[in-house]
Amino acid sequence: MLVVLASSLGYFLAATALDPRANFEGRNPPIPESTIDHKLDALNMNTKTPILERYVTWVGDVVHGDLGTTLSENSVNNEISRRIWVSLRLLLIGSILGSVLGVLVGVFSAVRQYKFFDRSFGIISFILLSTPVFLLAILLKFGAINFNNRIGTTFFYTVGEYTPELGGGTWTLLVNRLQHLILPTLSITLGGVAFYSRYQRNAMLDVLSSDHLRTARAKGLTKRQALFKHGLRVAILPMTTFFAYSFGLLITGAVFTETIFGWNGMGQWFIISVQANDVNAVSAIVLFSAVLVLLSGFIADVATAALDPRVRLR
Amino acid sequence: MSLLNLEVPEVKESESVLLERLSRGQLVRRRFFRHKLAVFGLIILVLMFVLAFIGPYFSKHKWDQLDFFNLLQPPSREHYFGTTQIGGDVYALTLRGLQKSLIIGLLVAVFSTGLAAMVGAFAGYLSGRADRVLMWLVDLLLVLPAFLIIAILSPLYRGKTWLVFVVLLAAFGWMITARIIRGMTFSLRERDFIRAARYMGVPTRTIVFRHLIPNVASILIIDATLNVGGAILTETSLSFLGFGVQPPDVSLGTLIAEGTSAALTYPWLFVFAGAILILTVLSVSFIGDGLRDAFDPGSIKSAKK
Repeated sequence: MLVVLASSLGYFLAATALDPRANFEGRNPPIPESTIDHKLDALNMNTKTPILERYVTWVGDVVHGDLGTTLSENSVNNEISRRIWVSLRLLLIGSILGSVLGVLVGVFSAVRQYKFFDRSFGIISFILLSTPVFLLAILLKFGAINFNNRIGTTFFYTVGEYTPELGGGTWTLLVNRLQHLILPTLSITLGGVAFYSRYQRNAMLDVLSSDHLRTARAKGLTKRQALFKHGLRVAILPMTTFFAYSFGLLITGAVFTETIFGWNGMGQWFIISVQANDVNAVSAIVLFSAVLVLLSGFIADVATAALDPRVRLR
Repeated sequence: MSLLNLEVPEVKESESVLLERLSRGQLVRRRFFRHKLAVFGLIILVLMFVLAFIGPYFSKHKWDQLDFFNLLQPPSREHYFGTTQIGGDVYALTLRGLQKSLIIGLLVAVFSTGLAAMVGAFAGYLSGRADRVLMWLVDLLLVLPAFLIIAILSPLYRGKTWLVFVVLLAAFGWMITARIIRGMTFSLRERDFIRAARYMGVPTRTIVFRHLIPNVASILIIDATLNVGGAILTETSLSFLGFGVQPPDVSLGTLIAEGTSAALTYPWLFVFAGAILILTVLSVSFIGDGLRDAFDPGSIKSAKK
């Protein structure tokens, strides 16, 4: 339900704010208006057609699994199937690494409160949280270029997902992909680690001073057993809600990393499409991100149910 | 010796008496200024404001003037932060960008927190159908990343004033705070003073504005502070991609975007803007943290155990 509403809202906003006609006007030689109209009609983007009518056509197509045609007359479906895995790979690895590492760092900080580890990571995460993704990505990129220059070979690749026309076996290809993958993933993950570790630390500190953990220790569990079995399980619960919220931020981050590192993913496509006034493409991307955010919310709910027996009973 | 022994409890007692005599505002201020990081953040932020609004007078170059004899010069006494490809003074440009970013950050934070307070308090107080409709709106807006929406709407404010941009940033940044306020209102509305007001026939609007919102003021102040940082980050991010502050005007985001193309060989083009951006947001989050601890000492006590 929310997906339908969100994507409809996305469509209306895109259709009112973006003006595909501008792409054809003011060209030399001028294109006759009837030709423009004809072309825009074929794409279902003519601003002269009432917006509701365009919307109905769009919905009718989407229901049949057709997301329309881009301004450059490619099928949106084809474009998505080419780009979706690029973005999903980045988002999946980013969200999993970010949340897992963040939770681990948070737990360790809480256990070693006010020790060196806690303090240093506290400061680092504060700085990371104040650094916008684009600045972080740029700094990583320059750092990597300097590093490459220093050791004389290209260890980190800073442009693209893989080197085209690279020979060699599967292993070389895999290593090559990894070398491309490291920096964008890092720039999207670090923010997540900082975000989760702060909240996880606070949640863990609350649990550490709770009665049930003392009971667990008193009944003879080792500190490690007590912490992981009884402490972490409780302290990790509030994180699941943050997981759903932060996914939207992650998508935003992906837009920047893809643009800066030259990945042909959904985020980079979004920027191109907005600049090109491509209503159909933009609506498709909004639909994509709405589905992802809701999916992450669903995963968060499932995780809560798996961890918290009180929720399962209901 | 005996005198000394007697004195010790006396001192303690007078201290606690002193604490009781202080008003809440004084207490909060006292706790805030004991928070080292918060004071540090406050100092940095004040310095940033001084730099942004008084700093330009210490250089003879204006941000929109070009110095055609000094193209791409590294920092020097003449141009503190160096010059750009077309001879703009990076010092003046950076300060101009900082001004813009600070003003936008403050305005957006005030607007969005105000909106969040109203929506949250009304939803929580009225409950029932109004609550469901408002929370449903919040959910809808949370599903769509605000960044995407503002980018889509960017053609609407291209060529208009940046105030439209501020309104948009505020309009899509209030949802999470509104949820928190709603949750707090739920417990407040059952308290006696609210009930008394309701049974005396005080209209809903007055209850919300005179009784509910002042009671969540501490959360609002904290959130407004933290939102300043968030707003600056969103603004610079959008400007970085060309969807925010429009040329010829500059913001820290557009400066970084322009600087990165040649930044490997000419680092001064973006390093200052980047460092100032990080420092500003960092100081704001320190202040927000300090405020939270000052308003809610329970949170530190449990954390320090």
